[in-house]
Order: sequence, then C-alpha cells, then structure tokens
Amino acid sequence: MGAEVHGTQSFDKKKRAEIKFSDAAMAEVKEIISHYPPERIKSALLPVLHIAQAEFGGWLSPETMDYVAEVLRIKPIEVFEVASFYTMFHLKPVGKCTFEVCQTSSCWLNGAEDIVKYIEKKLNIKVGETTRDGMFTLKTAECLGSCGTAPMLQCGASFHENLTYDKVDKLIEKYRSENRLRSYTDKDYQNTL
Amino acid sequence: MGRKLLIHNDKVPNIHTLEVYRAHGGYASVEKALKNMTPDQVTDEVKKSGLRGRGGAGFPTGLKWSFLAKPEGVPRYLVCNADESEPGTFKDRYLMEVIPHALIEGMITSSYALGAKASYIYIRGEYFYVARIVEAAIKEAYAAGWLGKNILGTDFSHDCYVQVGGGAYICGEETALLESLEGKRGNPRIKPPFPAVAGLWGCPTVVNNVETIAAVCPIVMMGGEEYAKIGIGKSTGTKLISASGHINKPGVYEIELGIPVEEFIYSEEYCGGIRNGKKMKAVVAGGSSVPILPTELILKTAKGEPRLMTYESLGDGGFQTGTMLGSGGFIVMDEDTSIVKNLFTFTRFYHHESCGQCSPCREGTGWMEKILKKFLNGTANESDVELLWDIQSKIEGKTICPLGEAAAWPVAAAIRHFKHEFLEIARNKKFVDVSHYNRLNKVTA
Repeated sequence: MGAEVHGTQSFDKKKRAEIKFSDAAMAEVKEIISHYPPERIKSALLPVLHIAQAEFGGWLSPETMDYVAEVLRIKPIEVFEVASFYTMFHLKPVGKCTFEVCQTSSCWLNGAEDIVKYIEKKLNIKVGETTRDGMFTLKTAECLGSCGTAPMLQCGASFHENLTYDKVDKLIEKYRSENRLRSYTDKDYQNTL
Repeated sequence: MGRKLLIHNDKVPNIHTLEVYRAHGGYASVEKALKNMTPDQVTDEVKKSGLRGRGGAGFPTGLKWSFLAKPEGVPRYLVCNADESEPGTFKDRYLMEVIPHALIEGMITSSYALGAKASYIYIRGEYFYVARIVEAAIKEAYAAGWLGKNILGTDFSHDCYVQVGGGAYICGEETALLESLEGKRGNPRIKPPFPAVAGLWGCPTVVNNVETIAAVCPIVMMGGEEYAKIGIGKSTGTKLISASGHINKPGVYEIELGIPVEEFIYSEEYCGGIRNGKKMKAVVAGGSSVPILPTELILKTAKGEPRLMTYESLGDGGFQTGTMLGSGGFIVMDEDTSIVKNLFTFTRFYHHESCGQCSPCREGTGWMEKILKKFLNGTANESDVELLWDIQSKIEGKTICPLGEAAAWPVAAAIRHFKHEFLEIARNKKFVDVSHYNRLNKVTA
C-alpha cells in the first residue's frame, strides 16, 4: 500500500520490517495511549508521530508512517493525511539539526531576515536546504511565540532567543561538536526566556 | 503599580514547583470550591466576575460555561486551548513555563464547576518543552492528591492530560483544535453544533484559553463581584499583554484593564517607550489579525478621548478608527517601519496557515501575498491597491472559521490608514526598507 499512499516516496518492505520503537519509546507511546478512552486511540496520533520522528532519523518515511498506523491500529492514509498537514512533521530527510528561524512580524522588526542571510552565508546553503555533511537544515518558520525575545530560532526542543550573529556562531559550533540529532521531544532543551 | 492576580509571583524562585506554589497560596481555589461550594456556585462567581475569554474573541466565560449540555451518562470535557499562535502573542507560554501550577489549579477548579472528569491541555507542538514543564507539574499534582481519585476526600475525581500539537495556527480555532485532539487534520468544523453540545468525540466540551482558566482561581478566591471591581465596564479584571516590537522593554505584563494605552507604551512599569529614541509610527494592539492603528488613533479615539486598554475603548470607532484588544499581542512599530512589509509578513503567515477548506481563504490569502510581494519587488501598480482591497473584502464572512477575517482585517486596516505608503511604492516602482539599518544594529549589539 505504501507506494501509492505516500506519493513520491518509494516504499521499502525490508526497511519497514526493521522499524520498531525502542522499549523506552514504546513505554512512552503506551503512556500516551492511556490518556484517551480505549476506543479513541487515534487521538494519540500527533504525539506518537513526534516520538516516531525522533526515533527514526528526524523525519517520517513512508515506512515509519506505516509502522505508526500499525501501532495505533489505523489506516496508513490516516497517518499520512495528518503528517502532511502539520508543519512540524518532516516528510523528507533533514539534517541532524534543523534551524527554524521565525520570520513573522516582531521577529522581522528585529532583524530575522538578517539572521537568515547570515546563516545562509555561514553554512553555504539556502532556506530549505541541508548542508552536504547532513548536519544542518535551514528553514523559516511562522510565529513561534517568542515575539518579546526576537529574533529567534528553534532547533529541536530548544528556543534560541535574542539572537545575534555571535550567538549564531556559537550555536553552530556547539551543535557541530555535539554531532547528534536534535528533536522536538528532546528532554535536555535549553530555552533562554 | 496595578494589581496582579495571575503572575504576581513570577519572580519567586522555584515557583514552578508544587511546594513553592503551594507555600504562596496555590491550590486554595480547589480547596475552597470542592469543600465549600457547589459546581453551580463556582459558575455563578465566574458569571459575576464578567471574565471574558482571553484567547482573543472576548466571549463571556460564565455564559460559555452555562451553554454546556449535561445529558445523563455522557462524559463532559474541559479542553484548554494552549495552542498560542497569534503573531505577537506569547503570554500563555510565559504563564505555563513560569507558573504551570496556576493553569493546573484552574483546570481542576473549572472542571469541578463543569462536572468534567477528564480534561486536556492542548499545547502547540513548537512549545514541546513547555509541555514537558506542564507535564512535570501534573505529575507533582497527582502525587500530592490534587489530581486523581476523590480529590481532598470528596466525590470529585479528575484526570488532566497534556497533548502536543503538530504546528498549525488553525488549531487555535476551537473546533480545529478538537479535530486535532482527535488525531486528525486541523480543519475547523461547521457550527452548529457548538462544542458545548458536541465537542471532543461528540461529547459536550468547553474550550477555554490558558489565561482564562488561570483567572478562575483568583475569581473563586476573591469572589466574582470583587474581581469585577477591577477594570472598567464590561472589561473586568486583569489581562496579560505580550509586548513586542520597537520598545525598550518587551515582555509579558499583567495590567488592570482600563489603563491608558499611552501609559502602557511609555511608562517604565510597562514597555518603557520606543527604542533608540525613535518616534512611534503604529501599533497592532491585539495580535496580528486586529486592525493596525497609526499613533494618533492608538493614543486617542477619533473623538479625542484617551484610548484605554479595554475591549470597548480599543474597539471605539469600529474598524474605521478603532481596533480590538484581541489576544493582547501588542506590537509596536517605530517611524522607520514599512507598514507594507510588515503587512507582507502577516499575509504570508495567513497564507501559510490557511487550512485550505474554504476557497476564499485558501486562494485569497495566496493572492494577497503575491500582490504584496509585487510591492516589495517594486513591480506593483497603483491599481494593485484597489485589487488588494477588493480581494480582502471578498474573504470576510465567507469562510467556515474566522481565519478568513483574521487574514482580511490587517490588509484592510493597512490600506485604510497607510494607503499613501502603498501608492508611493507603486509610483516610484521601488521599495526601500529604511528600517534595515536599525535592525542590524540591534542584531550585532
């Protein structure tokens, strides 16, 4: 079913067979499912997709979505139609660290465009692209609720606020040396409110 | 100093923990309500308080609660709308991050009034770390017996859960939020039926904003009548304002409704005036969707009266010369700001966030963004101003949910008050972003 359902992405049965939540992730999924009446298990879809994205490489492959459908006992198309609606779910591979720079009003008033240009130059990529080493993806985002601490960017669970060029430099350096996937579900978030 | 009821303890160290929150009088409203009041009495106090929904629409909370259907044997739900996404608004994030127990206390007290055995806090996905903070607080509340079975030894049992979203502004609309909570795309539902009759999983549901629910605690403690003494007329109590833009002190401020707008912008207690000694040009007073007003109209109404921070005073003059309090997302722009470019960021936002269900919104927001882009490229003609006006006028009132209006209003207001800026660009065939230098200074500082 995968190939037709998931559009342009090919569906690899071998890959699909290898996908399975770790015990820790499965425990979290079960905890989430327990929040809803038993017949309303589909309600767990958004939080479970976040966990799946963090578990399986930072994006939702057709195989991953197919697996989530199985876990929640719903049809794969129900997973795809949701995953394709919300901006936080990546349907194509992304770098280990995705920089999402807010560009709406208050951030623009405080120089978000300059921050985007600076990162583009520094990483030698354009918005929407990933660095060749697969480390960074640059995206723009719409209002992230950080208007009083603009300009800002989100990377995984962390909000980096009151950005300056210097802060961006340090951030890139730090993430590069840590060299790991940054997810929305990370528990070691740093926020600078 | 104005009175504060919601974030008066925000600077207390470790106020996010149950222990410190409790030591500062936390959870007293749960004790008072469960031990000394009936659910209807709690609802009555909320009605008397005159509290109005703090998410943006300003609908009376007590009235919303009284619409809740109560058929036998059908569960009822309270859902907290923590999908704060209106550009310029970050107050709920602040409240949840700094004093998460204030929300949980409000959830319990409000659920008691509504007879809800379970409640959900739907937090926008981008605030994932905030959800972690609220979840940790919920865990503490369970351990201390504030949540779970037979709270305080009474018959009232309650479970409270957090759900994160996936990044979609539209889920701030209550029926889209419910769809999302059910694990679907955030497409708003056609009303009626209203959520009070058929909400979450078809059950009667009340959806309230974070700040609204938190405000229930002081209302129960001081009584609705006392609460209603704060403020002016139908704008009672205190309100959290998210202040941003070209001001000296951006941040979240709790104000008594009724203070003059001028005081809010220029006093040291609040925004502290305009940054870099610049003059103010315009203000978006209640989040991106409310009409932008030029300095002279935000400080004084068309009748020449001082403009106040109330629903009524900000709305004075209708959309011709007034605006709305909305969500309290207060964005201030200095004299160097291009209103056209700021509008472009708003319109791009609405185009991006339109769910695509209704053609006028799905297509109209895209057309408006395209035309505004022509202005920024210097390729727009004078007639494009009329075209823009025409498109926005054909979105309002023609969509299932208010995202259509939210996208149309800022376009209409920008043309209404700053038409000369559009025409100047069209005549010169050139757009110069003069605010660039200032922003760069801030960024490199």
